[in-house]
Amino acid sequence: MKHIFQLRIGPVGFRVGSDWRGPVDAVAALYDDYPKPFDGIPDFNVRLFAERPWRRVLRPSVMIGGDYELPDAAPLPLRLGLLAAEMGMNLQMALGQRRYLLLHAASVERDGRALLMTGVSGAGKSTLAALLMARGWRLMGDEFALVDPETGLVHGFPRLVSLKNQAIEVVERAAPGARFGPLQPDTPKGHIRHLKPDAASIAAMDVPARAVAILFPSFGHAPDLRPVPPAETFVRLTQASTNYVALRERGFHALTRLVTGVPAHAIDYPDTEAAIEMVERLWEQSA
Amino acid sequence: MSGALLVRALRDPASTAALDAAGWTSLIAAARAEQIVGTLAHRLHGLSKPASAERILADARASAEQGRTLALWEAEMAGRALLPLGIPVVLLKGTAYVAAGLAAGQGRNIGDLDILVPREALPAVEAALLEAGWEWVKADAYDDAYYRQWMHELPPLIHRERDRMIDVHHTILPPTARPKPDAAALLADSVPLANGLRVLSAEDMVCHAVAHLFADGELAGGLRNLWDIHCLLDAFDTPHALAELRKRSQRHQLGLHLERALRLRDHLYGNGAVLSLADRFYVRRLLARDGWGRSTRPVSQAAFYLRSHWLRMPPAMLARHLWTKWRNGHRLSR
Repeated sequence: MKHIFQLRIGPVGFRVGSDWRGPVDAVAALYDDYPKPFDGIPDFNVRLFAERPWRRVLRPSVMIGGDYELPDAAPLPLRLGLLAAEMGMNLQMALGQRRYLLLHAASVERDGRALLMTGVSGAGKSTLAALLMARGWRLMGDEFALVDPETGLVHGFPRLVSLKNQAIEVVERAAPGARFGPLQPDTPKGHIRHLKPDAASIAAMDVPARAVAILFPSFGHAPDLRPVPPAETFVRLTQASTNYVALRERGFHALTRLVTGVPAHAIDYPDTEAAIEMVERLWEQSA
Repeated sequence: MSGALLVRALRDPASTAALDAAGWTSLIAAARAEQIVGTLAHRLHGLSKPASAERILADARASAEQGRTLALWEAEMAGRALLPLGIPVVLLKGTAYVAAGLAAGQGRNIGDLDILVPREALPAVEAALLEAGWEWVKADAYDDAYYRQWMHELPPLIHRERDRMIDVHHTILPPTARPKPDAAALLADSVPLANGLRVLSAEDMVCHAVAHLFADGELAGGLRNLWDIHCLLDAFDTPHALAELRKRSQRHQLGLHLERALRLRDHLYGNGAVLSLADRFYVRRLLARDGWGRSTRPVSQAAFYLRSHWLRMPPAMLARHLWTKWRNGHRLSR
């Protein structure tokens, strides 16, 4: 491939190749101080390519491929090259990751202890993770939490935080000093702007943490907090995992250990201020 | 070319000692693209290598092991549905290799479950599978009719809970292909396993792999198929055994295909062979991968795609088929 950028996010190395300069430049600009893959050997390849040679210049659209591919994946316009690269890396993780149990969850850490937040798309995982980072938490990731079946520890995957629609303005206000990517309007998921994790979060990306709380946030309801029993947590997390089935017995043991050792709560919140207050109060009680 | 890199690593695992980071990256990308990374991981197990390469290959070994468990379970489920019919149920390809504990099964990626049953039992098999939870994969009416009229297998079925496909064959090549394998002999000489399921005889396993590689496909995944053949040929290391294999291949009208497989195997995975001009085209096609795992040489790929159809269908039928597929928006696969 003509343009190449290599990077490592937490324990996972990527090589991103592109037919165009734009997507790779956008990735390189925001991941500028991330480390390179261990030994220079990436775990996954992401390819951003033109469907036909002439589509490099004529109505250019980006096909997303790599070591693991979905048939019939829809291309993105070239202006959304950064989003394409991010989707490509997520896709490799979702389809190809076999070392860690992958939970579709945001995670933040304080004092070596991690808080996992998982929920359906739009529940506010990324927003809450970004706001907690602005309040001094270490961001471990807004998309995937990596549970090591051997140790039970959670490994960070602090890629760019993907903020959507109203969340963009909320976080811009809360973290005025943070570094943001370009606004990408009219994506298949609405407006998207990426937020770069802060320097402390990037510096600590290799440090795993013990999970001590699991939250299921739900946006747009009156404030409520209720415990979720382990069996329900287990089922919810199997649905939030992209590779639980593929990991088989190892996945079952990793998840069983997590839900029996870590208390879980569902929180409903009307606005982000209320959510942050509820999360931090819960954290102090569990400390 | 990383196709050549992959073949060298499989043939001579110690050769990977000389690889740099870019070499490892290309090797792993090519192995994943050829769906042979589990096999590669087994071949390189225990050799010294960069820690990150070792982690990636250890993951591949673990995946292959889980794949083996799944494939055997799927075979067990098919057996529970079909053995009560009192017919022979013969496992084919990857599932057969792991069920029989063969070297060809080590680390092998296994996708669908392929089985062979007597042609006259097809209606009963179809009914029993539907009864046991398999469903038709959504296909258009043309594809369904095409399968039933011209193919050597039922249209693919998928299990609604386990999400696994089963291909039910009544012979090992489409009836329209020029070689006419002796399906009755395949069944008659198949070998029983402890659980009541069967596998092909050692000779017929090779014949099937050869048919699959040359007479059926467009050579996609050919390096893996040829690796299967390479491993299966271990059982034929005496002149007598090889002569028996040749005799058997002629019975299935696959004699020339077997000779080509032997030459390509010796060239790519063995100690070298004298290749014909046509063989060289096959080698070019088999090795066409770049350092990103992409298939290169689109012209040769398209030629083999057309060839695969040419082998399967008489010209007028081919023209009709390609016209229908083109109208339905089918494109040459990438």
